[in-house]
Amino acid sequence: MPQKKEFWRWKEYNWHDEDIDPHAGEIISAGVDVGSVSSQVVIIVDGKLYAFSSMRTGSDSPDSARNAMSWALENTGLEIDDINFVVGTGYGRVNVPMAHKAITEIACHARGANFMYGPKVRTILDMGGQDCKAIRCDHRGKVTNFLMNDKCAAGTGRGMEVFADLLQVSIEDVGELSFKVDHEPDPVSSTCVVFAKTEAAGLLRQGWNKNLVLAAYSSAMAHRVFTLIERLGVEPEFAITGGIAKNIGVVHRLEDELGMKALSSDIDSQIAGALGAALFAKALYEKKMKKK
Amino acid sequence: MITAGMDLGAKTIKIVIMKDGQVIARVKKLSGFEQEILAKEVMNEALVQAGIELDQVDKTVATGVGRKTAPFATDIITEVGAAARGAIARNPNLRTVLDIGAEEGRAIIVTPEGRVKDFAINEKCAAGSGTFVEAMARALEITIEDFGPMSLTSDKAVPMNAQCAVFAESEVVSLLHARTPKNDITRAVCDAISSRIVSMARRVSIEPEVILIGGMAYNVGFVASMKRTLTEMVIQVPDNPEFVGAEGAAWIAHDKLGG
Repeated sequence: MPQKKEFWRWKEYNWHDEDIDPHAGEIISAGVDVGSVSSQVVIIVDGKLYAFSSMRTGSDSPDSARNAMSWALENTGLEIDDINFVVGTGYGRVNVPMAHKAITEIACHARGANFMYGPKVRTILDMGGQDCKAIRCDHRGKVTNFLMNDKCAAGTGRGMEVFADLLQVSIEDVGELSFKVDHEPDPVSSTCVVFAKTEAAGLLRQGWNKNLVLAAYSSAMAHRVFTLIERLGVEPEFAITGGIAKNIGVVHRLEDELGMKALSSDIDSQIAGALGAALFAKALYEKKMKKK
Repeated sequence: MITAGMDLGAKTIKIVIMKDGQVIARVKKLSGFEQEILAKEVMNEALVQAGIELDQVDKTVATGVGRKTAPFATDIITEVGAAARGAIARNPNLRTVLDIGAEEGRAIIVTPEGRVKDFAINEKCAAGSGTFVEAMARALEITIEDFGPMSLTSDKAVPMNAQCAVFAESEVVSLLHARTPKNDITRAVCDAISSRIVSMARRVSIEPEVILIGGMAYNVGFVASMKRTLTEMVIQVPDNPEFVGAEGAAWIAHDKLGG
């Protein structure tokens, strides 16, 4: 039987910095972000980003955490026991077996974004697989307020995956293709992803091409998260974390609606939560050592 | 006097032909992209069933999401207005109409004359509509016809956390992986949707008597869940619950002609 192509499936990956010798470092800490759709592990050495991995979350949180951890450690010469302190975060944070402590993903994303984009970031939009959070923080990356949608797939990565599958376009290509249109269409009018799918099928029937439908859905999604972030109030500077931050189709349309550019960083936007957790882990380990 | 009511719904087209207030034909067909052409087909079938010609119909009123493009109709009425009028014609003692269709759920409070006193509607979200059950039936790989009866064989309340149909589909798959019996899952789905409907209905104050109409009223599991959730009320389920809106439209045509 031919294997059905899964267009929503994004690439899993790991990375580590060859120029850092982790054994020369004093404190090795890690953050494990077990999200509803993806899991990330970040390892930092004395506060410097050293290694990370990003994988799809399986049906079992502890296994997902273990798999992502061993993938992050792959070829680094490090063992799990070399890590001084581990913080778990994300939807499955209470089920991270190697974690010494669990911290909410909202706190971790703010902390991670503060590291990635610098102390000037005040508003963070974390666009995850199954939820979307608008977070306000201070110059140290401490959360001052937040709003979140975790009830509805509209405005989440899952919604975009459904569309990638419907239109048979790889999820990584969605953003770029959504700009290959001769005009910007009206957004898809249905809020609900299920109804939007029906609406899109109707548009295709009317002769719209795939890219035009992607453009219409991307702007609907941008508008959906815009309403969330507007309710919280946007204070510059503004940054986007999570998987959707890589989708320029949504990001650019959201920037247009906000009249504000999102900050950019060399660091992968999807690891912000795990990175924040690793930074908390370092601070917690230092505190623990001081007490001794 | 012969009148017709057409209900061009999101999922199905329903047409009722009425002679002096008595239904003489009722036809239902799956809707599609060419709703106008399909509506003509359904009307022709209804005319054959009634044994009359189109020009014998004195007036046609259309309702439903596709009402604005309805052929033959000289007037249109909202789904809420049509459901209220149709329901009161079925039973004049009704005060609350719960109308659950493929893509919308409505709770309507009616006056004894069949006018709308208050209503609440959900058309934004698939949770709380027939589409939700269809999506879950797909995930469970069972037919929509089996869904209700299967849920009645369960006596276990398995909680469903997801509200969104997209997330609920993943949850159903997880439940299947955890070897939860299918009948327990179907019951969980029925409970989830009825709790959505009841919380919407409570936004308008529910008054007795209560009637449940629309395609979801065919789902015996959902009806049972509704009865469990809305314990303080007796819920009536009429014959042909899906036709009440079309009947309401035919009644409104009848009223307009001074019948």
